[in-house]
Amino acid sequence: MKFSRQWVSEYTPVEDTPEEFSALLSDLGLEVEDLVVVGGVPREVVVARVADVRAHPDADRIRLVDVDPGDGTIVQVCCGASNMAPGDLVALAPVGTTMPDGMEIASRRMRGQVSDGMLCSARELTLGEDHEGIMILPADLVVGESLAEALVIQPDVHVDVDVLPNRPDALSVLGIARDVAARRATAIVEPRPLPVLSSGPIEGVSVAVDAPDLCGRFAVCVLDDVTSGPSPDWLIRRLKSAGMRPVNVVVDVTNFVMLELGQPSHAFDLECVPEGHLGVRWARPGETVTTLDGVQRRLEPSDGVVVDRDDRVLTLAGVMGGASTEISESTSSVLVEVAWWDPPSIAATAARLGLHSEASLRFKRGVDTAIGPLALQRIASLLVEFTGARVRPGMLEVLGDLPAPAVIDLRLQQLNRRLGTAFSAVEVTTILESMGFVVERGSTTPEDAEVLRVTVPTWRPDCTIEVDLTEEVARMYGMSRLPRRRLRIEQRGHLSEAQRRRRAIRRALVGAGVSEAMPLPFLAPGDLERCDLPADGLLIANPLVSEESVLRTSLLPGLVSAVAYNVTHRSEGIRLFEIGRVFGVGARATTDIEASVNAGRVLDGEREVLGVALAGRTAPSSVHLLEAVLESIGILRPSLLNEAVPGLHPGRSARVVIDVGDGSTDVGVVGELHPVVLTRHGIHEPVAWLELDLSVILALPVVARRAQPVSRYPSADVDLAFVVDDSVPAIAVRQAILEAGGALVVAVRLFDVFRSDALGADCRNLAYSVRFQALDRTLNDREVADLRQRIIESVTTSLGVDLRS
Amino acid sequence: MGEHDEILDELAGLAADGVAELQRIDDLKDLGSAASRFLGKQSRLADLKAGLRDLAVEHRSTLGEALNAARTQLEDAVEVRRQHLDELAVGRRLAAERLDLTEELGRERNGHLHVITQTWEQLEDVFVGMGFTVADGPEVETDWFNFEALNLPPTHPARSLWDTLYLDSDDLDGIAAEQLLLRTHTSPVQIRTMIDAVRSGTGPPIHVVCPGRVYRRDTADATHLPVFHQIEMLVVDHDVSMADLAGTIEAFTKAYFGGDLTSRLRPSYFPFTEPSAEVDISQPDGSWLEVGGCGMVHPNVLTACGLDPEEWSGFAFGFGIDRLAKIRHGVEDLRDFVANDIRFLEQL
Repeated sequence: MKFSRQWVSEYTPVEDTPEEFSALLSDLGLEVEDLVVVGGVPREVVVARVADVRAHPDADRIRLVDVDPGDGTIVQVCCGASNMAPGDLVALAPVGTTMPDGMEIASRRMRGQVSDGMLCSARELTLGEDHEGIMILPADLVVGESLAEALVIQPDVHVDVDVLPNRPDALSVLGIARDVAARRATAIVEPRPLPVLSSGPIEGVSVAVDAPDLCGRFAVCVLDDVTSGPSPDWLIRRLKSAGMRPVNVVVDVTNFVMLELGQPSHAFDLECVPEGHLGVRWARPGETVTTLDGVQRRLEPSDGVVVDRDDRVLTLAGVMGGASTEISESTSSVLVEVAWWDPPSIAATAARLGLHSEASLRFKRGVDTAIGPLALQRIASLLVEFTGARVRPGMLEVLGDLPAPAVIDLRLQQLNRRLGTAFSAVEVTTILESMGFVVERGSTTPEDAEVLRVTVPTWRPDCTIEVDLTEEVARMYGMSRLPRRRLRIEQRGHLSEAQRRRRAIRRALVGAGVSEAMPLPFLAPGDLERCDLPADGLLIANPLVSEESVLRTSLLPGLVSAVAYNVTHRSEGIRLFEIGRVFGVGARATTDIEASVNAGRVLDGEREVLGVALAGRTAPSSVHLLEAVLESIGILRPSLLNEAVPGLHPGRSARVVIDVGDGSTDVGVVGELHPVVLTRHGIHEPVAWLELDLSVILALPVVARRAQPVSRYPSADVDLAFVVDDSVPAIAVRQAILEAGGALVVAVRLFDVFRSDALGADCRNLAYSVRFQALDRTLNDREVADLRQRIIESVTTSLGVDLRS
Repeated sequence: MGEHDEILDELAGLAADGVAELQRIDDLKDLGSAASRFLGKQSRLADLKAGLRDLAVEHRSTLGEALNAARTQLEDAVEVRRQHLDELAVGRRLAAERLDLTEELGRERNGHLHVITQTWEQLEDVFVGMGFTVADGPEVETDWFNFEALNLPPTHPARSLWDTLYLDSDDLDGIAAEQLLLRTHTSPVQIRTMIDAVRSGTGPPIHVVCPGRVYRRDTADATHLPVFHQIEMLVVDHDVSMADLAGTIEAFTKAYFGGDLTSRLRPSYFPFTEPSAEVDISQPDGSWLEVGGCGMVHPNVLTACGLDPEEWSGFAFGFGIDRLAKIRHGVEDLRDFVANDIRFLEQL
């Protein structure tokens, strides 16, 4: 809502500086989005007397004007206007003046002639619309005086406030003035138009309301002999301050009254309304209307319409006028209609058709239920004043289901309890009455339990329950003035175990040199396929762009794209991780409240996942990182099952399995991205990949780790090398060593892997260093030799591998 | 007499020549072999010592002294030379091992937490320090949790304030259109927390913060992202009031922004709170920074969660994590948060 301070001051005195005015409005809940000081005639502009006017020797359109600025000099100015004569007083902007539009006046030459300033038009000084010639000032001004002081011109302030949905009253300047007056305890002067209309039949006009649930009021009047033309300057200034452009006097006046009182109206060209009859009803299925914007709209039974004698739709009630009855230059008889429309109906129609007008905005929020007749008087009297139109006697008004003002019981105790205040009934009454609420005091014993019976003003349809009044009291009192109390919380604040683990994982990753990424969780169709992942992500029903129309089922596409993005910016070898939700497919969903609170989710397939991409690294790096990550939250030695995983190099990927009490569970995958996937993304370095299902891992029971005693006796190392078929994973060899060696094996370290022609194509040599140690003694050579032998026999027979000698 | 003097002369020469030779040795290994040549079992010195018993008794002691003197002389010379050569060796090694530590070969990148996470965790820590616990909830929500329970019935005009992304329900059995959505705010977590507390009998009182990722149907630009993060505080107890809300916000302001700064409330509108207010935090330059929204939980919201608004009251305060991170770290374009450019991530 845009308006000017000057306009507000028509209804209540406002003498604030722009800063004070802005702070006042914001504190009332009218947040100032924009504030511009306008009109200020620059201080430097002075009253000057024209001494001589000459033709420019080399330019027909330019006059050379000598002016006397009152300081004993004569200044020559080149001027494009010619409406001045010697002796006239004019407004001179001397060199160095900054004009309201930001232009700086400098000394310059025009076709060889010096011009030391500018003679101003009214528009250039924001004093009016006139730009035909320069301003000729009243003859009684003093030459040399500052024009701003001479004319006592205060700069105005143009404000744009964000009107909240629960403040329909603030969609009018009068409503804003009411708020200002209530806070300042100043008087409010409402517009009192001349009573040019009086109720009664109008010749040649009839109205009928067949939908009282839609239309609470339908009032019309007729003006004859309306002449088209421009509106007066002051009205245009008002409209412009509200961000509206002047159109013609009829439209301007209806707009002006809408801005002033918050009551939209509609003007019909009476000649286009057969027999002057208007009807109001709900639309019928399949009906259409061509609105003012020239678009044919198909209507629904939930839309309200105004129809003519033949039941043809003329306008879309409260939303937009129809093309057939539009006012034109030749209109002489105007039928003006003001109405009160059911807000939800207007909201639904405006939303369905995407027609959001100044009128529909006000109707859907709720127009003052009582203002209609005043608005009609205001429109009629202004049109009479501006155009010399004649009122056709009479005024028709049909009332439908116009809501009565709400009456609300306000319990003083409840109000104070909610605000943490100790307001008395008198204080609350004073605040409410300042805003136009009517308060009937209840019994006063006990005093703090008093119940106030409050009648809501007709312009506050948003106030329907007790807490609405509590809010109004807090708002008008000033929310920042309310008391502040330090809350005592008995509970000990803490993070949950899952939240602590999530943090530990993040820190382990950062410690390993991995940085956290946060790609958007939306994918484009085809993104999953490009990563060799199943192409069936859930779809968004109303995406803004198709690039963001698929919900990710994996973090892989986002992180691969992030790596690719960095590669294109010549950042190679980067390591990124992300912790975020993925949305599984084939998922079931529940809208049942209980079930979804129980499950902590709506969509079965929503999971929290960790993804890590290590560019420039191969699969073993991801295994090392996997161990570091799991160890950071107390999970040791995950098992890996070599297996092809979608999106990953099929020969360099494994499932991650961890033991959980009575079994084992899959928690993720490790490996290296599929080279074809990398090529598709323009990445020419390997990328190691790790993915863990945090929904599972973070929920694992917390088991405090037990310390194992550390032996104080010497240890013995034995190196063993086995020739192992590729079908046997190294983890099986390790497992066999551990099992055969028993408790005396304290470490098994794979220190070499090699292949050679001699070994054969499908085999590799795995060399282990096995460390033996007892807690209670030094192992002797024989014991070590026995252990070694036992391990060799067990591994070779159980796994069918050979000891390399 | 002659033999005795000869031996003394020889010892003197042996010592003098030996010392001179030792001083010329440049290598520790040569020093070792020279030492054993002069002093070892096969040395002339050892021969002479063995020959002592064949000498006349009167000569033994002077010769013995001379022998010891020569041995000491040679041993000292070996030791001095060894020390000297050791020092030289250390010096050579140090010189050889010299490194220019400003050479940056093989430098590894450090890992960085995303600045959103850093801000998120700092906020969590402040609230935990004040006595709150932390709750989370799903990002795919139902209309009921995201809107209806928050006093936004289907026809509520204020629904248009949230540009909502809905899930295509074709793939989901038994789900009607516009029933599933990506949550537009973290407020549904409040609803879940209240319902869960009532059902499990663990509350109220409730003191919880809900940080999380939220979604809007919005085009990414310098000041908007379709995905961003919020944190909301919820308190439900007997008789908590606007005064408690304002006091809690003030305590948070001092804990997070610093002790010199203060907060103010301006009237606002949210369907799920009443009274509702915007929260501004004072800035060192005297201006006010709009941080978020707050208010007393609307009676309809309490009722939807099974709490009697006559018995219980509550307040909530929520704000955007991204915006805070943007301001605190001087990030000019919100899109930097989701571009994942390592050159950006590594700065913060």
